[in-house]
Amino acid sequence: MNMENYRPATATSAPTGMTIDTVLTGEKTIKMESAEETTVKMSTRNLDVFYGDKQALFGIDLDVPERAVTALIGPSGCGKSTFLRCLNRMNDTIDGCRVDGDIRIDQSDIYDRALDVVELRARIGMVFQKPNPFPKSIYDNVAYGPRIHGLAEDKDALDEIVHNALEKAGLLKEVADRLDSPGTGLSGGQQQRLCIARAIAVSPEVILMDEPCSALDPIATAHIEELIDELRENFTIVIVTHNMQQAARVSQQTAFFHLGILVECNSTSEIFTSPSDERTQGYITGRYG
Amino acid sequence: MTDNSTPNPALQRRNKRYAAERRFRLYGIVSISIALGALCLLIGSMASKGWSAFQQTYLILEVELSKEDLAPGGKIDAATLREANYVSYLRKALRAEIPGVKSRRDRRSLYKLISNGASLDLQNLILADASLIGRKVTFAAIASDDVDQYVKGNISAGKGGKISSKQAAWIKALTEAGKVKKRFNTNLFSNGDSREPELAGIWGAAVGSLLTMFLTVLLSFPLGVAAAIYLQEFARKNRWTDIIEVNINNLAAVPSIVFGLLGLAVFLSFFGLPRSAPLVGGIVLALMTLPTIIIASRAALGAVPPSIREAAIGMGASPMQVVLHHVLPLAFPGILTGTIIGAARALGETAPLLMIGMVAFIVDIPGSLTDPATVLPVQIYLWADSPERAFVERTAAATLILLTFLILMNLIAVILRKKFERRW
Repeated sequence: MNMENYRPATATSAPTGMTIDTVLTGEKTIKMESAEETTVKMSTRNLDVFYGDKQALFGIDLDVPERAVTALIGPSGCGKSTFLRCLNRMNDTIDGCRVDGDIRIDQSDIYDRALDVVELRARIGMVFQKPNPFPKSIYDNVAYGPRIHGLAEDKDALDEIVHNALEKAGLLKEVADRLDSPGTGLSGGQQQRLCIARAIAVSPEVILMDEPCSALDPIATAHIEELIDELRENFTIVIVTHNMQQAARVSQQTAFFHLGILVECNSTSEIFTSPSDERTQGYITGRYG
Repeated sequence: MTDNSTPNPALQRRNKRYAAERRFRLYGIVSISIALGALCLLIGSMASKGWSAFQQTYLILEVELSKEDLAPGGKIDAATLREANYVSYLRKALRAEIPGVKSRRDRRSLYKLISNGASLDLQNLILADASLIGRKVTFAAIASDDVDQYVKGNISAGKGGKISSKQAAWIKALTEAGKVKKRFNTNLFSNGDSREPELAGIWGAAVGSLLTMFLTVLLSFPLGVAAAIYLQEFARKNRWTDIIEVNINNLAAVPSIVFGLLGLAVFLSFFGLPRSAPLVGGIVLALMTLPTIIIASRAALGAVPPSIREAAIGMGASPMQVVLHHVLPLAFPGILTGTIIGAARALGETAPLLMIGMVAFIVDIPGSLTDPATVLPVQIYLWADSPERAFVERTAAATLILLTFLILMNLIAVILRKKFERRW
């Protein structure tokens, strides 16, 4: 691959189908497919990630629009999950991982010393590939976040938060009668919905999902995709997925990664109907990946 | 057409495989049998030697309690009761049982049939129930250790032995009169150490062991778990942590007597702590148990799947909350098991405690951490060294008691582990 020819999608050079204005209020906006303008919730500039000496991401510039679903697609090992984990500083927990560059949420740098990383992770929730409910009851799983962040004044308020979260996750009807049973006793799809309920119980602003459906059967997957569609009215969602059809169904903006480079980022319909880069074309048509 | 005389190579391979599998299982069964056999041999030999120690011979005597001596003027006074000469009553009772003993030497020989502690038992009986004064009481007097061993058949009577032929004849007469009884040896469990085997018990050593173990666990458990948590969860992986890890692993393999020398040099000589005290014993054993607990705890913490940690971190839990709310509860069974195993090992340690002086002959039951004390394994060592024949069976009995404690501790470890185990 000839490196000199690639043009990263930056804030200054707009790929086809999108325009970027700086409105009088000073907020950056991105024009999405239906020509509606949405604000940028999170953005990265010149993001480099190193695992020891090996560089995993090369100068990623990406904007994540608010209250929309951004899908990150690409072949295995291209750096999608690494990028996702940068957004809530989960890469801090990995020994030998170095993150350079600028990552912002609502224009504030997430690596700013004044910013508490624990509070950041309460604002940015994460759902993992393999469902990992805590070995506690269903109720305690969902109530854990509100408890440690002090979001409920009393038991009734906590009950309400838990019920709302379970309902939004589409799990309440199935588990309403057994909230005290262990979370690990649920089926795979239910466990993943429990993890989503757990994540939304703290009312985050952004939800990061790392291949949430890859360990689930098609019916459970369909449930979760429906759920994502409902959630995007209130939350900003970034989802990493191997499944291109899922990306096409669920997202409004898609970013294609390849070998640690952000090859193309555009509205979903543009990416899947008329991608500007031939590598994107190749991946989407299944020539590789 | 298949020729039945030529073996099918596939069938041959399969049969070989079956034979190999059977042999493999057999090796395992043989190994376990040898290990269990050795264990049975050990416990069996201890049990056969020590079984008789749980019984003690008593001589049933009719003791006359004179009212004039014990309660002059009809008044019962505790001081008078304590100072009375109970030995004379017992001797009188003995003379009554075996008439015709005239010469001084023979009488001395007769009085040697009962233990020195019998008079103390009689005194305690009167102090407890003063209404017995002025009556004839049927009293079970502890027989001396030589009589006890003779009755049990461990020593023989005759010239140059502990039991003279005259004494043997008296014992025979008493046995025929039904005056020689064997009872459960409660002294073994309730008394402290004594020069007289029939009065010697493990209670002093047991209390000493208890106090020492209490201090050992109190010191080593929090320190060990905290160190393990820091090393496993928070310390950065660099050369320093590698050096620390190597050193801790080495400490776990250091011979225990070295810790005793450390205790002697630092705690007794430099700090001037009291010798033979459970305080020093506890500190020394705590230092010895610390590496074991650290290693077991680190293994337990490392066995917690990283997905639990990631889920907690993703929820915005602080590092301390991740450890306390999620990792520690899941690692707890392993930590507990490691601690109890370490404590069980410390319970059976002798060498380090010899160095710090817990090998003295202590009669009193220790009342605090700074009173001189001894521990059960050291008590066994002291009894094994004693010349009296009766101590042989008591050594084995004390070993059985120590083994019972150890088995109990390990059983508790297994039960607690099962109770706290959580599946994820």
